Amino acid sequence: MGIPFNILIFQIFTGLALGTIFILLAIGLSLIFGLLTVVNFAHGAFYMWGAYAALLCMSCFGNFWIGLIIVPAALGSAGMAVEYLLIRRVYGLNPDYPLLLTFGLSLIMIEVVRMVFGTAGYPFDAPALLRGSINFFNLFSFPSYRIFVMAVTAAVIICLWLFLEKTNVGLIIRGGTRDSEMVRALGIDISKIWLLVFGIGTSLAGLAGILSAPMRGVYPEMGIAMLVECFVVTVVGGMGSLKGAVISGLLLGQVVSLSALFAPAMSNIVIFIAMAFVLLIRPSGLFGVSGLLE
Amino acid sequence: MKMNGLNFGKTINWLAGNPIPLIVGVLVIVPFVSPYKALATQMVILGLFALGYNMIYGYTGLLSFGHAAYFGLGAYATGIVLIRTDCSLLTAIGTGVFVAFVGACIFGFLCLRRRGIYFALLTLAFAQMLYFTANVWESVTGGETGLRHIPHPPLAIPGLFSVDIYAPTRFYFFVLAFAVIALLLLKRILESPFGKALQGIRENEKRAKALGYNTNRIKWLSFVLSGIFSGLAGALYTLHIGFVGIDELYWETSGRILMMTLLGGAGTFFGPFIGAGIFVYLEDIISGFTRYWMIVLGPIFVLSVLFFPQGVWGTVRLFLDRFKKVSLKEG
Repeated sequence: MGIPFNILIFQIFTGLALGTIFILLAIGLSLIFGLLTVVNFAHGAFYMWGAYAALLCMSCFGNFWIGLIIVPAALGSAGMAVEYLLIRRVYGLNPDYPLLLTFGLSLIMIEVVRMVFGTAGYPFDAPALLRGSINFFNLFSFPSYRIFVMAVTAAVIICLWLFLEKTNVGLIIRGGTRDSEMVRALGIDISKIWLLVFGIGTSLAGLAGILSAPMRGVYPEMGIAMLVECFVVTVVGGMGSLKGAVISGLLLGQVVSLSALFAPAMSNIVIFIAMAFVLLIRPSGLFGVSGLLE
Repeated sequence: MKMNGLNFGKTINWLAGNPIPLIVGVLVIVPFVSPYKALATQMVILGLFALGYNMIYGYTGLLSFGHAAYFGLGAYATGIVLIRTDCSLLTAIGTGVFVAFVGACIFGFLCLRRRGIYFALLTLAFAQMLYFTANVWESVTGGETGLRHIPHPPLAIPGLFSVDIYAPTRFYFFVLAFAVIALLLLKRILESPFGKALQGIRENEKRAKALGYNTNRIKWLSFVLSGIFSGLAGALYTLHIGFVGIDELYWETSGRILMMTLLGGAGTFFGPFIGAGIFVYLEDIISGFTRYWMIVLGPIFVLSVLFFPQGVWGTVRLFLDRFKKVSLKEG
């Protein structure tokens, strides 16, 4: 192979950064699906809104760090509003209705952005502090922004894991994922938990949006391809599994990034071939429980 | 008065049993009342596509999010055959349908390994895979620009006849002929034991299985048939606009056909056709005012999921059924 070592390393790190964005989105999708059995088709649109919200924050405050706090909070509230006003109305009906509803919602969200910000994309600069690159052992250098993204994602995953495993609310969420009827029978108002989990999911999508903006730019259709790729991540990892989302996100990040290096023409297709392969061998995904939530 | 009510009820009963003459009658009039003929043709082609989609979503209860794949395969195959060979028109259409059939066989088999929501995600993923493939494979598909300058051969059987069909009204009736054949076929399929088995699977798959049906094979067959109808619609669409765009494989095409079917009434015989008509007509009107036509159609779709999930024709049917009961009681 005529590919220099440092380019290979660079591509692996790019894959890691992409993988972390996958993970942030896939965890949200997976949490929402696990507890609410709703496939949030608007997840990509929330991600896109996160990036545009970051753009607004930059023009208002001129500060990336304020955006990093405001954007997930704003998207989380938006998600809660959507759950409370729209999705709540179709629970208990045909399981396809929430998917159709969020699909319609995503079309509206994309169109609103096109009307307000125009159809063209915007560039987005990384904050000054993270613009350089870090040199490893004089062997290769890597943009510090991507390392920052990985660190933030790792911190978020750890916090989320602690929240789900060590707190009472986390216990209720895990219980509700297994059997929400039983949780209800124990006198817990699970509709509040639904609201919370949907909010957590969309705020993670918003965070993914602001984090990926400096890497991939900001444009109205940015959520669409991302959403489909995250569906692939959740199908491969097994939906409803946190571990599955993390491992398959990292794995598929590498698949996309390395195929871009070795077979550029195939880079968008390989991920689907990988999915078909996993499905043929393990129909329920790598970490999924077969027959769950079908 | 009572007699009148009874006669009206009888007429409705008869129409409900034999919907084809009514729908054909309406479709023969449509091009003469629509703003322009091409719009009517568009309605019928997308109606045909929605009809095929309804087979898998409405009647079998499988939510596919990737029917752009079969529409696109039909469209591309027809376009490529017309550009690269001197084949007759019907051969080109036949090739389009055949390629869609093969695609539906393969993808259907893979997607049906999972049920429910996973099935929807898989269909979407495979359709996107085809989209990216077409995007990259420029030597065959034209990539981003699509297939241009598609020739328009006459409808001919060598030695028998040769007719130019591309005048707007003629082309409309050419497309309508296919649509009528498809309608008759679909009615026949739905009334067959196989069709009843489909609806049984939609209502309760476990029970159908317990009764001894090979539900996996039936679902696969339904998927493939639905792909064939979609491929035919794609082939006709290529002839209609004389061009194949990469957008035809994009997920928005899948989303639009789903919206049309649901708007008209999934699982009803007329519904998808009516939904396609309404959708195409609204799209045409709204795009006269604004580029952002989804800002109007999106909320319409969301509201119809929330309040009229049985769609326009489903709602009309509910109303008619109620009326029928009342009039029969009076009689």
